[in-house]
Amino acid sequence: MKTLPGVDVLILGGGWTGLLMAKELGSRTPLSIVVLERGPGHNPDDYPKEMDELDGAIRKRSGIKVQDCSKETATLRRSESERALPLRELGLLIPGTGVGGAGEHWGATSYRMMPECFEVLSKTVEKYGAKRLPEGHSIQDWGVKYDEMEPFYTRAEALMGISGKAGNIRGTLIEGGNIFEGWRSGEYPTPPTTTPYFSSLFGEAVKSLGYHPFPAPVATLSKAYTNPDGVSRPGCTYCGYCNMYGCMIGAKAQPTSLLLPVIKRHKNISIRTGIWVRRILRESPAGQGRIRGITYTDATGQEFFQPAELVVLATWTLNNARLLLLSGIGEPYNVKTGEGNIGRCLTADFKFAAARVWMGKPLNRFIGSAPTGVSIGDFDGGVLDNTNLPFLRGGMLRALNSGYQPIATFGSVPRSVKGTWGAEWKKAAVDLYDYMGDVRYDGEFFAYKSNYMDLDPTYKDVYGDPLIRLTIDWGDNERRMAEFASAKGAEVARVMGAKEIIPFKGLGHFDANPYVVTQLRGGTIMGKSPDSSVVNPYLQHWQAPNLFVLGGSVIPYAPTARPTLTLLTLTIRTADAVIDRYLKNPGPLA
Amino acid sequence: MRRRQFLTISGGTIGGLLVYSLDGKAFRIPAEDKPLRIPLRFFDEEEALIVAAATERIFPSDETGPGAKEAGVVIFIDRQLAGPYGRDRYRYTQRPFESGSPDLGYQGENSPGQVYREGLKQLKGFDQLEPIKQDEKLREIESTYFFFLLRRHTIEGMFCDPMHGGNVGLIGWQMIGFPGPRMSNRDDVAKHFGEAFRPEPASLFQVTGIKVAPMEE
Repeated sequence: MKTLPGVDVLILGGGWTGLLMAKELGSRTPLSIVVLERGPGHNPDDYPKEMDELDGAIRKRSGIKVQDCSKETATLRRSESERALPLRELGLLIPGTGVGGAGEHWGATSYRMMPECFEVLSKTVEKYGAKRLPEGHSIQDWGVKYDEMEPFYTRAEALMGISGKAGNIRGTLIEGGNIFEGWRSGEYPTPPTTTPYFSSLFGEAVKSLGYHPFPAPVATLSKAYTNPDGVSRPGCTYCGYCNMYGCMIGAKAQPTSLLLPVIKRHKNISIRTGIWVRRILRESPAGQGRIRGITYTDATGQEFFQPAELVVLATWTLNNARLLLLSGIGEPYNVKTGEGNIGRCLTADFKFAAARVWMGKPLNRFIGSAPTGVSIGDFDGGVLDNTNLPFLRGGMLRALNSGYQPIATFGSVPRSVKGTWGAEWKKAAVDLYDYMGDVRYDGEFFAYKSNYMDLDPTYKDVYGDPLIRLTIDWGDNERRMAEFASAKGAEVARVMGAKEIIPFKGLGHFDANPYVVTQLRGGTIMGKSPDSSVVNPYLQHWQAPNLFVLGGSVIPYAPTARPTLTLLTLTIRTADAVIDRYLKNPGPLA
Repeated sequence: MRRRQFLTISGGTIGGLLVYSLDGKAFRIPAEDKPLRIPLRFFDEEEALIVAAATERIFPSDETGPGAKEAGVVIFIDRQLAGPYGRDRYRYTQRPFESGSPDLGYQGENSPGQVYREGLKQLKGFDQLEPIKQDEKLREIESTYFFFLLRRHTIEGMFCDPMHGGNVGLIGWQMIGFPGPRMSNRDDVAKHFGEAFRPEPASLFQVTGIKVAPMEE
């Protein structure tokens, strides 16, 4: 194995958080920084050529834009008694690969998390008492509070130019925004995107029911914007090629258009592609103390040792936990004893169509932008009064105009239509194609003791290392919340004037059904104490002070808001802590 | 190496001569009448005729509009199965192959190409049957993974960009009012509420002027 010259900062993973860390450290310090990325580089100039649904959203440009499953995947089971089987095709998970990672094909939904989320355990106990907590839960406070996060949220939003309408500026509630959201120090950087037809029908209906609709905050620009780094992007054209596509004009915030232009200006940052990180090594062989570097295999199969003063692990939720487990850093979670923290608190997006509806008029639903639409926060966790409800916390109802494409959405028909193929089905599917929409629900998914990650005993990656094994299922809290949400969704759908409604079928067991894209969280969670978390509130490893962990793996449970904006916010906060405190005195920050 | 296989079809079929309506508007797809000999990449001619007949029952051409035959669905499927998708280039194919809950996704050892090859053996002579008999036969295999793929690929072939061999003459998009990769809807996003807005469909090549190589090529 060849030993390479040492670097100051080694960043594992070239996605949203890894590249943002590289940009922050590289533009604000003279440190030498190397980013290692398993996939290829991407050229945003190619994105107009990729506006093809089959190779894009359906086949997902496997191996080029998303993880090559033939090399590595994860295994899944719902309980200890089930045998975990590999996710042989992408579907449940769409991990990005290449420079920009999943940040190139993400949906750009950018809600802040509600203030209570950061103190979910203490606030829930305060309101409803510890007795109401679901059996087997493992929710805990994050070790950071919303008030501390606010300035960093503001910076992350300015970086991306989030389009939205504020509902609470320093305690003053503003009609038209989300009046239930946490306080904000100012208005969004850009105004909301235009609300297309279907979402506006939803908005009118919920308003007439006394709820408080607001335009979804999005990282796709409503109009041209130049961010504090001097990076300019144009406004969205509502072409609808967002989710699973790189934005052809860069209106959607994506690492290649937002961060790479700045990174390229700084000669102290370099990106190596085609790198497969194998192990993180500590200074003492017994697994104690500081990190001394990592080993990797390059595209030609050659192995290297790369020494580094500081290592940033930013390889997405599954690989963050997996690399720590493979490297023997920290104590793996033991589901029987409850000891150990690596792999603990695995959660995922909890989202579904609360009501699938067919309207009486055509919707022109090819027009849209991935996250554009209208939401209500009236049932969100911390807003909804759970006293007399059979579940805790909550979620948001919303209608989206993502820009529907035909392969993924053709063929869904009301229950009155018989069959899924043949003349009758075809006629209904063709006639009703442009009349269908979803009233969606995004809810909170508790962390449970029984949901976790460990190394699979059977299945291996292309180098012979064990795959990560996911053991995860819904709890009764989620099942009951889903019933509540379906009833609300159907009520809204009726007021919208839907001709046909299919309510949500109910939550069974967690499944790997393709076309259910999800983001996972947990495995290396942040927290107040080394006894119950892997990283401290600055995302620094409790036992290895020169190791920082970024990305969805640090999030202790799944709040309603999608994680990306919060992950970038936490990354900026960590970058500040590294620059202002750690570099002056390299040691524990908490 | 296998002998070169061709599918011979009437040019009047591909693209269709069918006049059909889209939100009350009549369309006529021009087509040539001479027979076309299309080289096959995966199927032999017998298999191709069966797939053409089966996908036509899944998505028939009738008064609602054209179907799998006019869209060239069999050509689309042939190309997909010969390409990386059909050969499982990007699927995790490490052993052991174990059966489990359908919730955990397809766990079989066969690639899509192999699934077709096996599945088509059950449909020998299918293209010679009367439509009613064909439907009976398809109902018998409705719960198989082969049929699941056949149905999914039929929809893909109806509505893909024509560079993949299906959706010939954009007839699938015409039928449902999908305009294709339209570069800007900015001026239309806040208009046409409650009314059908139907820009003329255009393929990726027509829109960008760039010849893009699809992944199966």
